Amino acid sequence: MGLPIPLIPQLPEGKNFGLLARFENAQTIYTACEKVRDAGYTKWDSHTPFPVHGLDHAMGVKASKLPWLVLITGLSGATGGMLLQWWVSVHAYPLVISGKPLFSWPAFVPVTFELGVLFGALGAVFGMFAFNQLPMLFHPLFSSKAFARATDDGFFISIESWDPKYDETQTAALLREAGAVDVEVVENG
Amino acid sequence: MAQLVENTHEPVEGRAPLILGGHDFKSLTDKVVEPLERKTPIGWWLCFIPSLAMLSVLGVAIGWLFWEGIGVWGLNNPVGWGWAIVNFVFWVGIGHAGTLISAILFLFRQTWRTSINRSAEAMTIFAVMCALIFPGIHVGRVWVAYWMLPVPNQMSMWPNFRSPLVWDVFAVSIYGSVSLLFWYVGMIPDLATIRDRTPSRVKKILYGMFALGWRASTRHWQHYERAYLILASLATPLVLSVHSIVSMDFATSQLPGWHTTIFPPYFVAGAIFSGFAMVVTLMIICRKAFKMEAILTLRHFENMAKIIMLTGMMVGYAYSIEFFIAWYSGNPYEQFVFINRAFGPYAWGYWIMVSCNVISPQIFWFKKFRTNLKVLFVVSIFVNIGMWFERFVIVASSLHRDFLPSSWDYYSPTKWDVMTFIGSFGLFFTMFCLFARFLPMVAMAEVKTVLPGADPHGDGPKVVIKGAD
Repeated sequence: MGLPIPLIPQLPEGKNFGLLARFENAQTIYTACEKVRDAGYTKWDSHTPFPVHGLDHAMGVKASKLPWLVLITGLSGATGGMLLQWWVSVHAYPLVISGKPLFSWPAFVPVTFELGVLFGALGAVFGMFAFNQLPMLFHPLFSSKAFARATDDGFFISIESWDPKYDETQTAALLREAGAVDVEVVENG
Repeated sequence: MAQLVENTHEPVEGRAPLILGGHDFKSLTDKVVEPLERKTPIGWWLCFIPSLAMLSVLGVAIGWLFWEGIGVWGLNNPVGWGWAIVNFVFWVGIGHAGTLISAILFLFRQTWRTSINRSAEAMTIFAVMCALIFPGIHVGRVWVAYWMLPVPNQMSMWPNFRSPLVWDVFAVSIYGSVSLLFWYVGMIPDLATIRDRTPSRVKKILYGMFALGWRASTRHWQHYERAYLILASLATPLVLSVHSIVSMDFATSQLPGWHTTIFPPYFVAGAIFSGFAMVVTLMIICRKAFKMEAILTLRHFENMAKIIMLTGMMVGYAYSIEFFIAWYSGNPYEQFVFINRAFGPYAWGYWIMVSCNVISPQIFWFKKFRTNLKVLFVVSIFVNIGMWFERFVIVASSLHRDFLPSSWDYYSPTKWDVMTFIGSFGLFFTMFCLFARFLPMVAMAEVKTVLPGADPHGDGPKVVIKGAD
């Protein structure tokens, strides 16, 4: 896989993107995800209209590293905020107020805190976009008519054709056996 | 639609359902998105056009203010802060309930928040927009409003970071920005839902752009849910800090009636109190207009009534502690201000505040009234009025009696003050109408997680309802 570049999807080579299977409900997709995980697939995903509790564990996805990024951006925001106030009050525009020292840091705590929160929030949102490679306005899955239900009431598993274990007939059989209602081949757009 | 059952009583076993009407995922999507897809109803125009008219009043009032200067307002020598600051604190306070619902109730795992959080967050953003107008136009020379920000300029002049007014600039603008991020992130999956079902090409492109190509992937949900949790954890201390800092605009001054340490918690409680009242007012109207009785159930309203009563009593406690401390301090200036507040020239404002904020919510001790939407609506309006008067009483009654009796004066607003305030409601309702018309009012992806079918283990919680067939 190359660098995560937004807008440009990382797609498997060849004619077909992979298989898309629809499941009836949250219960069947949970067990199906466990089966696909145990069968050793790595390049696959599930799509649900809401975050199904524990489905990331059923898929064997590692925990998000987003909190570390937010810790860094938040602390940078707070540090930058304190430095800004120190520079302004000591160097750029020194004012003596009530005989207090120029660097009267307790008075700078509110703005430091607010800037820490702002940069933490920006880090959380844009970090989430980066980890998810969003925005990505085109994706082969959108060519499937059935896939529109993924944001309504459909539960889907997609297995991509560049997965080492991918085999159109065997993988489809696995998905059917796991309880898929429909299985379709999705072409690369 | 299936028969509505009441859900304000907990059954003997299990929990009463949050969403009624036998909704499944599909019918819930239909219910929420349908109002955005049908032709604009006449009722919407009946709300939108008056709102737009009120908004134009704001334009006229601000235009005249810019042309003529802040002398058009009723400010006088001891009362240098009038309605503009009252309105600013009023609107910022209203915003706080949205963040309480979206962030604090999320951290406390209060799943009933899912039905109301989207519109409450929208309310927050529109209220902060209204709030930010007032300090912006109050500076007098609006063309130098950028002096409030640390921007390099040809005068080598920088803000004084020891001033709570500068803290306030940061607190409120960052609060607005973070609320907007929170709102937008929460809306991405629902924008994708609209994108995926609309037959209109234009809508597909517009909603699609803002949905960023969301494909509801579990790998995405995982980072998304973590981002949402982090935003909630950041927004929680943020919202508490914002109104604390607003209160410090007053509390760090030397003025009796303002210079008290109780202000930060007292302001935060009042903010949540007023915000919930506004949420209730708006939600009762929306519930009726969009026929969302099954999603915005009596249980949601009962919970909000309880929060209104709780925060109302916190506010009432703060009022009485202020009097106690004035007496206990032995400071004659403090004592004078509080006696004057309750029995002086602004006594009428004080007693409106006490009746609306302390007395009227006491009716919610009775379940009968907590679950009666007419009563809730009336009380929520009373609280909105009372909380505006609270800020008026704090600002005007403390300022109008200076240390020096020769400076004493009485402050009354001019018609331009009144028009600006009415106009800010125009902005608020115009934005809310546009929101209700073009964006999903209910966080569908979140409400779906509290439907019985959402649990991957088993077939949903067992629900037994007293008196239901």
